[in-house]
Amino acid sequence: MKYVLVGLTCVFLVLAFIGGSAYYKGLQVEKYGFMAEENAELFVRDHSPTLGSEDAKVYLVEFMDPACETCASFAPYVKQIMDANPGKIKLVLRYAPFHDGADNFVKMLEAARMQGKYWETLDVMFKTQSAWANHGNYQPEKLWNFIPRAGVDVEQIKKDMHSPAIAKIIEQDMADVKALNVQKTPGYFVNGKPLQTFGYKQLNQLIKSELDKQYSE
Amino acid sequence: MSQSDQAAKTNWTLLFMGWLLVSVSTTISLFFSSVLEYEPCVLCWYQRICLFPMIFILGAGLFPTFDKSVIKYALPLSIAGGLTAFYHTLLYAGIIPESIQPCSNGVSCTEKYFELFGFVSIPMLSFIAFSTLVALLVFLKRRTSK
Repeated sequence: MKYVLVGLTCVFLVLAFIGGSAYYKGLQVEKYGFMAEENAELFVRDHSPTLGSEDAKVYLVEFMDPACETCASFAPYVKQIMDANPGKIKLVLRYAPFHDGADNFVKMLEAARMQGKYWETLDVMFKTQSAWANHGNYQPEKLWNFIPRAGVDVEQIKKDMHSPAIAKIIEQDMADVKALNVQKTPGYFVNGKPLQTFGYKQLNQLIKSELDKQYSE
Repeated sequence: MSQSDQAAKTNWTLLFMGWLLVSVSTTISLFFSSVLEYEPCVLCWYQRICLFPMIFILGAGLFPTFDKSVIKYALPLSIAGGLTAFYHTLLYAGIIPESIQPCSNGVSCTEKYFELFGFVSIPMLSFIAFSTLVALLVFLKRRTSK
């Protein structure tokens, strides 16, 4: 009797937890779906760097940080998905530099963008990341040695990165991070739908379901 | 049923209530952090350290029959948790100024996530749970030491 009572209580609590989380996730999907229709600019700002065709019907919005390891390891994977579906996916990058000092890397990246070398610089940053941002140990001085590989004018970046325009971009993105409740990087939204459980497979599935929906007709 | 049988049964039921309180609190705590993604602050972690093991300590005390030595093991944890929760509640309410709080990295301990009926905060819920548990254990101690 005692064992049954305690056992059943455990089962009940576990079920309540699972049920509660399923319910909450359902609410979230609804909420973000609503937000996506009403407030598209929360996901895509005019200043946001994008990759892919303008006619793409699937928007993959990624909240990222150039110093985040998982973002770097997802980058080739995202590229692979985009290559597999040419013209159908548009990648939108948003910034979520959560850690102290991480915004400096965003500033460098944005300054490189002024020279038209955005994606090249991001690629170099991700590929050399373990050397300058190993487990949160940021060493921007090391990154300066790698950055010329992207074919950028380093002195110009040093001048441009402190421009108020860049600070404003980060400020706006961080405000949207808060509005969309992004807690971790990379944070993905596919046509406004949040990636519910994190992982390559889940991201692929979410994109695929949205591709099927948009391109079935 | 003899009187001592009846008393043993009541003791078991009281301890079971305590265990239930701890289990429900743990589930809610995990729900906040894992599902609602409220990042626990440093003080929250200290309280969780006191709370989580009590599921097993109180649970073990229920079998095969009520074991009164469980009080001795659970009381220090619940008092420590209760004191931390009390401090946290005062900090959260602004009665203790935030400048002396120990958590500067990560989440602030006064970050507002959730307030039941507009005033019952998470630290307050924790304080209520821990003090109920302390009261219950002290009551059990009195009953069993007679």
